[in-house]
Amino acid sequence: MLTSKHIMTMDDLSADDITLILDTAESFAEVNQRRIKKLPTLRGRTIVNLFFEPSTRTRMSFEIASKRLSADGVNFTASSSATVKGETLRDTAKTLAAMSCDLVVVRHKYAGAPQMLAEVMDCSIVNGGDGVHEHPTQALLDLYTMRQALGRLEGLRVGIVGDICHSRVAGSLVPALRKVGATPVIIAPPTLMPARPDVLGAEVAYDLDEVLPSLDVAYLLRVQFERATRMPFPSNREYAMLYGMNLARMERLPSHAVVMHPGPMNRGVEISADVADSTRSLILGQVESGVAVRMAVMYLLLGGADSGAAA
Amino acid sequence: MALLLRGGRVVDAAAGIDEVLDIVIDNGVITGVGADLESPGAEVVDCSEKVLLPGLVDVHVHLREPGQEYKETIASGTRAAAHGGFTAVACMPNTDPVVDSGSKVRFVVERAEETAVVRVYPIGAVTAGQSGEQLAEIGDMVAEGAVAFSDDGHGVGSAGMARVAMDYIRRFDVPYVAHCEDVSLAAGGVVNEGVVSTRMGLPGQPALAEELHVAREIALAELTGCRVHLAHLSTAASIALVRDAKARGVSVTCEVTPHHLFLDEDAIVVYDTNLKMNPPLRTAADREALVAGLLDGTVDAIATDHAPHAPHEKELEFELAPFGTTGLETALSLVNTNLVASGTIGWAEVTKVMCHGPRASLGLPEMRLEAGYPADITIVDPEARVEVTAEWFVSKARNSAFLGSSLLGKASDVLVGGAWALRNGKVVG
Repeated sequence: MLTSKHIMTMDDLSADDITLILDTAESFAEVNQRRIKKLPTLRGRTIVNLFFEPSTRTRMSFEIASKRLSADGVNFTASSSATVKGETLRDTAKTLAAMSCDLVVVRHKYAGAPQMLAEVMDCSIVNGGDGVHEHPTQALLDLYTMRQALGRLEGLRVGIVGDICHSRVAGSLVPALRKVGATPVIIAPPTLMPARPDVLGAEVAYDLDEVLPSLDVAYLLRVQFERATRMPFPSNREYAMLYGMNLARMERLPSHAVVMHPGPMNRGVEISADVADSTRSLILGQVESGVAVRMAVMYLLLGGADSGAAA
Repeated sequence: MALLLRGGRVVDAAAGIDEVLDIVIDNGVITGVGADLESPGAEVVDCSEKVLLPGLVDVHVHLREPGQEYKETIASGTRAAAHGGFTAVACMPNTDPVVDSGSKVRFVVERAEETAVVRVYPIGAVTAGQSGEQLAEIGDMVAEGAVAFSDDGHGVGSAGMARVAMDYIRRFDVPYVAHCEDVSLAAGGVVNEGVVSTRMGLPGQPALAEELHVAREIALAELTGCRVHLAHLSTAASIALVRDAKARGVSVTCEVTPHHLFLDEDAIVVYDTNLKMNPPLRTAADREALVAGLLDGTVDAIATDHAPHAPHEKELEFELAPFGTTGLETALSLVNTNLVASGTIGWAEVTKVMCHGPRASLGLPEMRLEAGYPADITIVDPEARVEVTAEWFVSKARNSAFLGSSLLGKASDVLVGGAWALRNGKVVG
């Protein structure tokens, strides 16, 4: 069992919780290789995907995970802007609560949306990304992918490069890495750093080339042009020149080091096509792990071994 | 009707008194302050164990009328003021429509005459519609009773416009009240830029967004000679700028709010929209600097920036909810709990920052516990306990940053012009 009923931020998970999720995901990953990929584990349980922001990979990943566990999955897609007309998030949550679902996955444009749902609903809440705050299942699947590729998590040095201040992925991955004994290094121009990077507990660097030789993982973030109020760098060309991962930079990584990206990629900006498609890129592996990790999260939150047949 | 307030501790820094005395009131005016007074036929009110202060004023409130009566009205907001121990308020013009003409000021004055239980001093807009584009009809508003001018809510964006406004306002000898915020730096931030914005994933506004405009308004006050009152200062550097300006003799005054004095950003641990206000809660060091400014006289006034909102507006995502906390009903209790009961300041200092200082800042009529002054008196029960629950509020709104607090001391009675606005803790009228 996990220590928390919800996974809203990485604070909800202990180091043991993380290990349990990753170990459980390993057994589900094996199921995902079978010809018949379905388990009866969560039969009769209702899982709602409440997506207030456009999402393809995360929503599909959760949806496939719930189907593989035989849960009844329901998708709800809506606009985030409850400001002018339409229902408030609180009312949507109350409406859903009245329909007795067991788990809600929520993605929302604004930080704190999962907490608001948890205030009015009895079921488990999984944060599928809230504003620029956190995206914990992404961090979990990233840890899973790293552990699978490099055999360990403790002691790894992970360089997270790019749009840190607009990244909920970094918001969860940094504390996740710290919990498992790895060292996060955030690398970005100062305009893409959060106000107080020290609060995150990561090492801070502004020069990617200096850091490259020390990294076990180079994790590129998507530049979120849509969230920036002012263009935080002069041009895509200059960004790629200073912070983009390309073949020359990949050569400067240690030979065992791997390249990751949470997707969707801006090819040619934060990552060049030849790196993205290279054998050292784990990008599709991340997507694959996502399903197994989300199955593990659902399984463990909805009662674990008590809920029925184990994996 | 004559009243004899018997045996209370009468405290007034301006009158230079702090002793147990009687006060006689006749026809709405204080006729005597002294020991063992007699007034045949007067109603005698036992004030033993009470503290009597000259009528407290809150020079920064939002009464929301006209246009947003679902949040608050002049009636409900002034009842909240009486409940909190205030005998007067100055209300901001960012209503719907904006109070930017003489006729709109007259509306507020007339509604106050009909419905208010404490005195209401309207503040007019600096620019038409608070758009920052063109001067509002300042002279007409002065003629109708506006006491000061402000584009509070966002401030005057351009320095050039602010300069024209101060040049123009100077001739009426009323203050320009500055909401200090450089919008291009604040950049849509909903909390202080720093630890909390980083931890909570919320857009932050830097302290500099305020400080840059504080420096600008002080410089423009020097240039134009206009009296400038700086609203709701929240940062250490803002206070330092005012301290220096006052030392140079600039005609500048300033206020701080109870929430910035008694809370800091560390209070924001969940997405509680009652803690979303503009300017945002700052750091503990900023908070300490505000208290220091209060103690050394840099800060002229405690004003609440009472900003009532309906529950459905505050029960939104943090980034979508409107800014503001209510303040009228908790201010005096907070000051007693945090400053007086702890011995940091005495009641005489409270009269400086909650009566005389704010009145002088806005040029409002002085109130003293002396014969000849109107009987505007705040009577405090310093030992009463206040449990701040939603039900406790008289305001229409419940969005208090201090909801759930347990406070010490509250106003038991309030006299406005010799008439009860609050009696035994209950609002009259």
